Amino acid sequence: MTIAFPAGASWLSRWRRPLESVLLPIAALVVALLIFGIFCALSGANPLAVYGSIYRAAFGSWSAWQNTLIRAAPLMLTALCTALPARLGLVIIGNEGALVIGGLCAVVMGLSVGATLPPFMGQMAMAIAAIVGGGVWIMLAGALRHYRGVNETISSLLLNYIAIAVMNHLVEGPMRDAEFVTKPSSAELSEALWMGTIPGSRIHYGLIYGLIACVLAYVLIQRTTFGFAARTTGGNLRAARIAGLPVGKLTLAVCFLGGSCAGLAGMIEVAAVQKRINESLVSNYGYAGILVAFVSRHNPLATILVAVLLGGILASGGILQRSHDLPDATVLVFQGIVFLCVLFSDSLYGRLPWFQEKPVV
Amino acid sequence: MATEALGWWGVPLGILAGTLRGSAPFLFVSLGECLTEKSGKINLGLEGTLLMGAMSAYGISYLTQGFVGEFWAPWLGVLAAGIAGMFLGSIHGWLAQQPRVNDVAVGIAMIIFGSGLAFFLGKPFIQPQAPQLFTLQFGAWSSNPAVQSALKISPLFLIGVAIAPLMQWFFRATRWGLYIRAVGDSPEAARAMGISIFKVRFLSIVAGSFLAGIGGACLSLYYPGVWTERISSGQGLMAVALVIFARWNPIQCLWASLLFGGAQAIGPAFQSVGINAYYYLFNAAPYILTLLIMIVTCSPKRTLVGAPGSLGKGD
Repeated sequence: MTIAFPAGASWLSRWRRPLESVLLPIAALVVALLIFGIFCALSGANPLAVYGSIYRAAFGSWSAWQNTLIRAAPLMLTALCTALPARLGLVIIGNEGALVIGGLCAVVMGLSVGATLPPFMGQMAMAIAAIVGGGVWIMLAGALRHYRGVNETISSLLLNYIAIAVMNHLVEGPMRDAEFVTKPSSAELSEALWMGTIPGSRIHYGLIYGLIACVLAYVLIQRTTFGFAARTTGGNLRAARIAGLPVGKLTLAVCFLGGSCAGLAGMIEVAAVQKRINESLVSNYGYAGILVAFVSRHNPLATILVAVLLGGILASGGILQRSHDLPDATVLVFQGIVFLCVLFSDSLYGRLPWFQEKPVV
Repeated sequence: MATEALGWWGVPLGILAGTLRGSAPFLFVSLGECLTEKSGKINLGLEGTLLMGAMSAYGISYLTQGFVGEFWAPWLGVLAAGIAGMFLGSIHGWLAQQPRVNDVAVGIAMIIFGSGLAFFLGKPFIQPQAPQLFTLQFGAWSSNPAVQSALKISPLFLIGVAIAPLMQWFFRATRWGLYIRAVGDSPEAARAMGISIFKVRFLSIVAGSFLAGIGGACLSLYYPGVWTERISSGQGLMAVALVIFARWNPIQCLWASLLFGGAQAIGPAFQSVGINAYYYLFNAAPYILTLLIMIVTCSPKRTLVGAPGSLGKGD
């Protein structure tokens, strides 16, 4: 669409629409912070002090930044599990299950190769196992949607519970390490397979994986024919069918890619943090990833930014408990408020007169 | 559970007991979801509503026991659970009807918000013991303690069983039932009749959340009868699948709830006779069952029989 601007039109009128998509989410975040402040005040904590604590624990120092980025890495990847299928018009919430299956596949692969391969090759084998495992898991939901018309939101959600049950069954039974007594777990991965840290920091290489995945996803969706076909299908399914797009193959491929990202997040968690697999792997990164995807409006580049923000909020959970005597669920309440505010801000697009282009007649 | 004396008979008895106990929350949540979906909106956030209901019921029952006595305190809790459900339902009902807002996304947000709020406010109630709802002893004829404990039935369960046919009658024979069905099946026709779509859907969602909140009270005041953060293991979400399975029919919601309650009891029943090997897989039975049912009953070619016409559409 071309709108003729008179020569004297200010730069502002040209930028009002793009500004809308930046300012509205920021406004939503500010409103969420205000509501959360009222909530804190009602439970007897000083809102300003709570904001200060969150800021210091999340972004206040290099050490805080490292904590934040360590948490942001899996969030970027699990968010893609919702964001990619969303461009195709599917609401997939099986992130947690794909993460668990990915972690499980990575550990099975890691335990079977042991220290026989060079460390780099071993880690790649684990990553590939996780990518295939997580990808196939979500592809299942996509296939059920395409071939049987099963609602993908519900099936992917049920797959979460099934994945966790399979993992628990394996670490209680066939994969259990009898020497590790604190909780039922698999055997420990060989030290050669542990994921290293970026020199000069405590941040593991998972962050690099997450950044690369987000950039690749962005290029794939916005700059390739495949991405264009996926967005077309998401925009209008009937038009895509009439244009002859292979909707079935697109559904399976995009679901596989989404699931493989969450699977990779599982591999990162076991290789860099847990070193073995047990119930600690189920730590809500999957569900938080859904939040990241919706807040970033399913744009993979915005995902990076939102994942860092949410990573910071998660990193501040402990300090809220220690210095303000707020329960650890406070962070969950905050996430919920942010999510609701952002969803409401979505309904305001195009309704606020200030952001509309005003073509001069 | 004292099933040792019964040997292998403990398994079917355990499943029966588990069905009677465990299906009450399913029943309330699925009836609530059924009412909501009949009006054409999905409420995926009932998981949060269930947790919030469980926490409010337990908390109010604990806090008021000194004032109204051990008998009435849990009933105040049940009422509080319903009101807490209506509070969350009104947020969902308003937000999910804003333009360009996806009701599934609102549902996920409400799960996070509702469960966060429940854990936040419920922290002080994890330790203390709150007075529980009384149970009706249908097993008094038997001298076997296992049979007696299996047949302790909650009045809430019986209320739920009574609500199912009532709701069926409500949809079929009352003016408001017709409004809800009209809005759910064909919003344009409803608008032409002069019905406020917003109002009907809002009230359906709030009423459905009221029932789901009471489902939460079943969890914390009857079985398992405690308040912990893991008390609901996806029952609120499974309700959505359960309603599909029941084809949006309240009577069939009752049968489906009994089936799901039974499926949930398989793992613990086998564990009680010493079979632990597949405990986690048996516990996943309800999820696997739901998935299989959906695979068998859904079809890409046509919409399901009984599905409200505007369900899952943008309008």
